[in-house]
Amino acid sequence: MSAQLARARSLIYLLPLAFLLIFYFYPLASILGMSLAPDGQLDLGALFDMIFSPYVGRALWFTTWQALASTALTLLLGMPAAYVFARYAFPGKSLIRALTTIPFVIPTVVAATAFTTLLGPRGFINEWLMTAFGLPEPPVSLLYTVWIILLVHAFYNATVVVRIVGGFWANLDPRMSEAAAVLGANRWRVMWEITFPLLMPAIVAASLLVFLFCFTSFGVVLILGGPRYATLEVEIYRQAVNFFNLPLAAVLSLVQLGFTFIVMVVYTRIQARASIPLNMRPQSSTARRPANWRQWLVVGVVNTLLLIVVMIPLLALAVRSVTLGDGPPTLRYYQALTENPTQDIFFVAPIQAIRNSLLIAFVVVVISLALGLISAYLLAGPDRKDSRLVGWLDPLFLLPLGTSAVTLGFGYIIALDEPPLDLRTSLLLVPIAHTLIAMPFVVRSVLPALRGLNPRLREGAAVLGASPTRVLREIDLPIIGRALLVAAVFAFTVSMGEFGATLLIYRPEFPTMSVAIYRALGQPGMLNYGRALAMSTVLMLVCAVGLLFIERFRIGDIGEF
Amino acid sequence: MKKTILLIVALVATMLLAACGPQFAPTSDPDAGQARKKLVLMSHDSFAVSEDVITQFEQETNITVEFLLAGDAGAALNKACLSKGNPLGDVFFGVDNTFLSRAINCGIFEPYRSPALDSVPSELYLDPAFGLLPVDFGYVNLNYDRRWFDEQGLAVPGRLEDLIKPAYKGLLVVENPATSSPGLAFLLTTIAHFGEDGDYSYLDFWRDLRANGVLITDGWSEAYFGHFTVGSGGEGDRPLVVSYATSPPADVFYSESSKSEPDSGNISPADGTFRQIEFVGILKGTEQREAAEELVDFMLSRAFQEDIPLQMFVYPANGEAALPDLFTRFAEVPVEPVDIDAGAIEANRERWIEAWTETVLR
Repeated sequence: MSAQLARARSLIYLLPLAFLLIFYFYPLASILGMSLAPDGQLDLGALFDMIFSPYVGRALWFTTWQALASTALTLLLGMPAAYVFARYAFPGKSLIRALTTIPFVIPTVVAATAFTTLLGPRGFINEWLMTAFGLPEPPVSLLYTVWIILLVHAFYNATVVVRIVGGFWANLDPRMSEAAAVLGANRWRVMWEITFPLLMPAIVAASLLVFLFCFTSFGVVLILGGPRYATLEVEIYRQAVNFFNLPLAAVLSLVQLGFTFIVMVVYTRIQARASIPLNMRPQSSTARRPANWRQWLVVGVVNTLLLIVVMIPLLALAVRSVTLGDGPPTLRYYQALTENPTQDIFFVAPIQAIRNSLLIAFVVVVISLALGLISAYLLAGPDRKDSRLVGWLDPLFLLPLGTSAVTLGFGYIIALDEPPLDLRTSLLLVPIAHTLIAMPFVVRSVLPALRGLNPRLREGAAVLGASPTRVLREIDLPIIGRALLVAAVFAFTVSMGEFGATLLIYRPEFPTMSVAIYRALGQPGMLNYGRALAMSTVLMLVCAVGLLFIERFRIGDIGEF
Repeated sequence: MKKTILLIVALVATMLLAACGPQFAPTSDPDAGQARKKLVLMSHDSFAVSEDVITQFEQETNITVEFLLAGDAGAALNKACLSKGNPLGDVFFGVDNTFLSRAINCGIFEPYRSPALDSVPSELYLDPAFGLLPVDFGYVNLNYDRRWFDEQGLAVPGRLEDLIKPAYKGLLVVENPATSSPGLAFLLTTIAHFGEDGDYSYLDFWRDLRANGVLITDGWSEAYFGHFTVGSGGEGDRPLVVSYATSPPADVFYSESSKSEPDSGNISPADGTFRQIEFVGILKGTEQREAAEELVDFMLSRAFQEDIPLQMFVYPANGEAALPDLFTRFAEVPVEPVDIDAGAIEANRERWIEAWTETVLR
């Protein structure tokens, strides 16, 4: 390879690193430095006292165990679905898969409404149980317990398992399991000794993302868990915004980051070791129609379970948006979306909000796929030389997921304040912030597939005279295509649904759907509540359509190679 | 493929470059004899104004107003403090009296004694240096479901002390003062009313409220839409909520079938409500001091002030501004809101909230 090409290649590799450096590490370091050492002098003693205080310990303890429990529950729900989606072809599959991804875009305030409509004291389930069994009191009281936190975390994150594990599983060659079965291994033995070990990289990747999402959970814990439970993220918000106690907020952010980093170093080590080069198969050759009633039963039961946990709350929300109030079902609230009775200058026309959300999501998908793919190649591609460097780089790419939105938002204010980087009020900050959250998903989705890529395929092609780009196009892309698709889905949904960071940095002249929902929820009156519900339903629909569109969009010739 | 990659790289590079470039195109209009000035008004998410009111100002003054909404009231102010000396905007609106001391201590406002203040009752100026000028005020009080209390034949609680009676067990929903501004206002009300020490302190009251089944939510919208029977369209289970005196007029204004009477009503006992005043100030470091003064004057003028009630559902500070019919009919102006010093709030906020959290939540 010519020196020029090699230089061009390392320049490309520098892109994601430069992005993280400018838009993540620099603002973060600025705010932490300003908070902890306002005069340039860091008081280590005081810092350690704060880090090891019982207050921080208590928050860290709750944050960790609820995230672990939530991850376990999410796996319990997601794994059977991943299996069914990977191995069976059945009618409505892509629609159901798109629907299970929707929770990811639902703002917490709205999810809370959905769950209250369903499980609240006057909710659908309690009303039904009370009439059916003549009970005097509502029997289900989950609201403001830790149980509802776990349940809603599973509702939000099941799709991560379904998509990442299911996507990887779909490309696994079923012949290996079939061979084991022929040799006399029973179904469970095949599962435990063949399938699970091969799936491990994907399972660990999905679990880690779910864990991090639950570890930094803000809205779910705050709104559905009630004010009794506080994660580190919630405490950071309280300290930074309500008390303006920046040093304590910075300490909490450091603890959250440090803990995230340790988890990720351990994880990336396991991950790199667990991956084995595999012979990947196109999805079309691995998924079959259920052949007998038992397989149909499995497909049916798993889908019903998913429907109950993921789709019924969404359905409840949609129904509520037409039945709110005393009268008969009405489209009044949808009509109200287009009305601006007060001539409010910040009024958001629904079509404009949809356009803005889609536009931002598109930019995020493009940038995060490009940067994420480059990062994944940097970590596991054929050029990788120094594995120790990768051991440190890999967790760095995940770090943004462990960072509090408030901390980073404040970091932008003090770091990006001078030309050429005066971005504090720029429209670009929103897609940049979304890309920071989406990139870990992209890297995590692509890595297991990239690591599973059998190097002999590439070597063979190279020996036969294929150029590196031709290898990329004809070997790599078809095989990691499925994973890229999964990555695109995540980038899209992260952007459509992202709420916390958006509210800190959005520009009123470029409102998104979640901003419109939030504004409606800030004013009393039935019409505003109805508007928020209607806009949430529109958000779900737009997302479902977008997801189906992405699923149709084939990268390379995936499925046919 | 090569092309695709090149395209992607080019896109990313453009993004980065664009990100580094100047943020706004030059605003001077070559056709106009004199350059238009541009002002940025920084505020919180709840800020709202009529389009024609702003247009009127822009036409009269040759100033273009841009808006920067920077999160909730606390987050927006903190961002203003962090950008001290190199401000994000020229004028900041939305510091309230619970944050007033923090804003003054940050030292981010330039003093300006607007002539328009002559029409504002002096009891609303809380900043003697005139860095922050009052623009509007509202009352945090209790709202109740009129129909629910009618049907139950239950008297509406008349005083804060009533809330701990068995008759009102499990009826009230309150916001968490650590995360919500009406929640903090209600906590401050109880502190002013019951006091910090003595036979029956505010913490004793909260302990009894807890025993009487008070429900705490994180923010106003969860309390109002999620639990208050009126706000939730019948789904909620709480006929009493901590909200604003102007929520009932909003209930009528934003009713689905243009009702003529609100379903909710005010409970505003003497010494049992909190007056929230919102202020505007010119940010230090602005290069548009004169234009900023014009905007502040305008925000205190009748045109803007009369727009406030139906946009933000609070009262205009200018005594000459006419109130909409809805306000005079359905919002009760509390006789004696509690009096609590802004400096004391800032000095004790953390301690009070911690004590409250220990008593009510743990």
